[in-house]
Amino acid sequence: MARMTLQVNGKPQEVDAEPSAPLLFILRNQLGLTGAKLGCGLEQCGACAVLIDGDPVLSCVRAVSEFEDSDIRTVEGLMVDGGPSNVQQAFIDQGAAQCGYCTAGLVVATTALLKRNKQPDRTTIDAALEGHLCRCGSHTRVLRAIETLIAEGATHDQ
Amino acid sequence: MTSSLAKQPDVDQWLSIGTDGRITINSGKVDIGQRISTAIALIAAEELDVPLESIDITPVETGVSPDEGVTSGSNSIQDSGQAVRLAAATARRHLIAKAAKTLEVNPATLELSDGLIRSRETNRSVTYGDLQGGQSFGIPIDAEAAVKAAENYTQIGQPATARGMTALATGKATFVHDMTMPGMLHARVVRPPHYHARLKLLDTTACQRLEAAGFHIIHDGSFLAIAGEDEYAVIKAAERLSAAVNWDMKTGLPTQDIYESLTKNERASLPVSDGIPRSEPVPELAAPPANADVTLNARYEKPYHMHGSLGPSAALSVSEGKKLRIWTHSQGVYVLRESLADGLGMDQDDLHIIHAPGAGCYGHNGADDVAADAALVARALPGTPILLKWSREDEHAWEPYGTCMAMELQASLDKDGNVVAWSHESFGDTFMMRPRAGAPGEGPKRLLPLRYTAESVAAPVPQPAMRYHVGIHRNLDPLYNFPNPRLVKNLVRGLPLRTSALRTLGGFANVFAIECFLDELAEAAGVDPVEFRLRHLEDARARAVIEAAANALRKGRSPPNQGRGLAFSQYTNSKAYAAVGVELEVLDDANIKLHRAVVAVDAGQVVDPDGLAMQCEGGFIQAASWTLHEAVTFDRDGVTSRDWDSYPILRFGNIPEIETILIERPGDPFLGAGEAVAGPAGAAIANAVRDATGLRLRRMPFTPDVIRATALG
Repeated sequence: MARMTLQVNGKPQEVDAEPSAPLLFILRNQLGLTGAKLGCGLEQCGACAVLIDGDPVLSCVRAVSEFEDSDIRTVEGLMVDGGPSNVQQAFIDQGAAQCGYCTAGLVVATTALLKRNKQPDRTTIDAALEGHLCRCGSHTRVLRAIETLIAEGATHDQ
Repeated sequence: MTSSLAKQPDVDQWLSIGTDGRITINSGKVDIGQRISTAIALIAAEELDVPLESIDITPVETGVSPDEGVTSGSNSIQDSGQAVRLAAATARRHLIAKAAKTLEVNPATLELSDGLIRSRETNRSVTYGDLQGGQSFGIPIDAEAAVKAAENYTQIGQPATARGMTALATGKATFVHDMTMPGMLHARVVRPPHYHARLKLLDTTACQRLEAAGFHIIHDGSFLAIAGEDEYAVIKAAERLSAAVNWDMKTGLPTQDIYESLTKNERASLPVSDGIPRSEPVPELAAPPANADVTLNARYEKPYHMHGSLGPSAALSVSEGKKLRIWTHSQGVYVLRESLADGLGMDQDDLHIIHAPGAGCYGHNGADDVAADAALVARALPGTPILLKWSREDEHAWEPYGTCMAMELQASLDKDGNVVAWSHESFGDTFMMRPRAGAPGEGPKRLLPLRYTAESVAAPVPQPAMRYHVGIHRNLDPLYNFPNPRLVKNLVRGLPLRTSALRTLGGFANVFAIECFLDELAEAAGVDPVEFRLRHLEDARARAVIEAAANALRKGRSPPNQGRGLAFSQYTNSKAYAAVGVELEVLDDANIKLHRAVVAVDAGQVVDPDGLAMQCEGGFIQAASWTLHEAVTFDRDGVTSRDWDSYPILRFGNIPEIETILIERPGDPFLGAGEAVAGPAGAAIANAVRDATGLRLRRMPFTPDVIRATALG
């Protein structure tokens, strides 16, 4: 076990962790940030995605020690002034979840995508979400949420 | 009257009003992402004239919630929705009568809005909270109570935000997987390599080392689990424990071709008429009638499909004295309680089962099994809460699958292209293996870990399900007007994999077969497939969804290399009607690209239109995934589909634009719609592939290998 400091959702957090333990388990079990989910533990499904320095990263395999100097942001940390971010609000408005187990990962991936590219085309969107599985079939709603965000972004830019 | 109401006939069992005027609804149906809680809240809010926000819905738990069996079969809106509607209508009438007395006015002068009852004459008013807050109603539900007329609806049928959406989008929702309790230990199971393997030898030195490191090992016959404080450490320790076991592999899994086994193995065969199997001899397949001009045969097949929940199943359990509590994502807390109490030799009253959200799947996944796993570990470690999660591999390899099936169809056309003879035999394993109320000893057999403990119970021997449109014969009986259809269900023995309920049961495979075969017949008759369906269909609502989907599909441009297909069914010939149109392309690499889908649905009175549309979109996507990608694979040593690489599912890159057309039927009874779209979706894809390429695919999944092999003949 080693004591380390992680920057999580804008705050330094002291944790006692096995350095080789995947980041996901530390976030969920030590910091109580259970938004990111364990879906496979194999980096195959996307449910555990978090932002590392703004980029989406799967947290179920890579060791916590890799992220000591990183800015880690989870789905909880995307909220703005205690309310949903615009991406989260678009998911809510479009009903972009059924059971919701995959939702946090998709919110994180969408946030990262739209930060890089305000007007992604469908191919770019698909590439960003390709590693995210959903079993209930909420895909159409996620795509619609992204469409509304693109339209809003276009309005803001005018 | 629904069975939900017959079992729970009192208003108080469904509805209560707090002193603050908030309405609490007790439903026995669980929200598994299908938005049933939103629909039920809308129904209650409408009948009681209160805002949707003032409705609370309690979690489903034994001893508190109405016993509504299992959340399955697209029954929730028809059973629970209707029960809540009548409970609320009865309560409303009671509240008005009470208010009339309190306000000393004629009840006819009273108006309800926003939880307030006001007299038009005196302008005096009283709130629900003041009238009824904290008190029981003490009256039975009147099944004939006047419900609000559809033209007066202000909430039902309007857009609503699904309950819990904000929590899901912000990561604040609590799944079973996220629960924690003081002193809680994490646990994992160590399963054998396959169903029939049994523990031969456990390396005691390795176990002692793990125990010295602070882990608890639970070893009971061939049931093996490990618990400890840190979740990741437990996962690693479970791997060490797994390496310390020597398994007796017994005979392994049967490796005969499943499609051969489906029609060669021993089986129970029953004729089906009007949707019900009959305990009678199966009639021989007769020679084509004298007026037969053309006779076609075809055999359609589907492999085993898994539920494939994105989150592996999990349960939290704590044993205190003789009491045992379990938090579970089971779709049936009462039947789980009955089966588990029987299996553990407990009094049902000592077992308290509470629903908590899990990952969706639409069917019987590992939820009930993992609850039994957690119970076994919790009982071995009394007083310690145990959160037991399956691994991805546990879920993939051990969940009960949707059975493989074969459908053999034969039909004759007269010279005018009318169907004059129809035969359809379906073959498959059971879909009916949920824990359930039944004869003593039967329930425990349906809980996986109880087959592996020292006192192990035998695997259950399935019997043919005999009710209307269940199991293998769901949607076997076509809605079309065919003279004297010969319909046979075959429950096949000795198939290799464990099976149970998966969304639509046999409906997906049967509708796939019927609706593909109709296109084949239409082609033989030289008739447009839509026209061919309509000429054999009298039901006006069925015709309406087909016409709506066909019209929508015809709109828009179809590039020359794309194909279009359409299919229809009414789920269980009694629930929602759905027609699905698909436009797709077979690419040069033989992958199928889905471009567009149109779904026309008639679900009677629509309660939550956005929720219904979402169920239709999700149903299409799940069925498209089954059709294009999915097949559980295995060999002698066990299931080989053990992760998402070896069991691929549909991804974002192939999600088509889906247009949902809801045909409004204001004031008509609710029709369950959660499973309506899957069957026609599979067939519409197959029909569109035929249209695009000339290839008729009769065995799922439609992978590039299958398409190339079919093209080469």
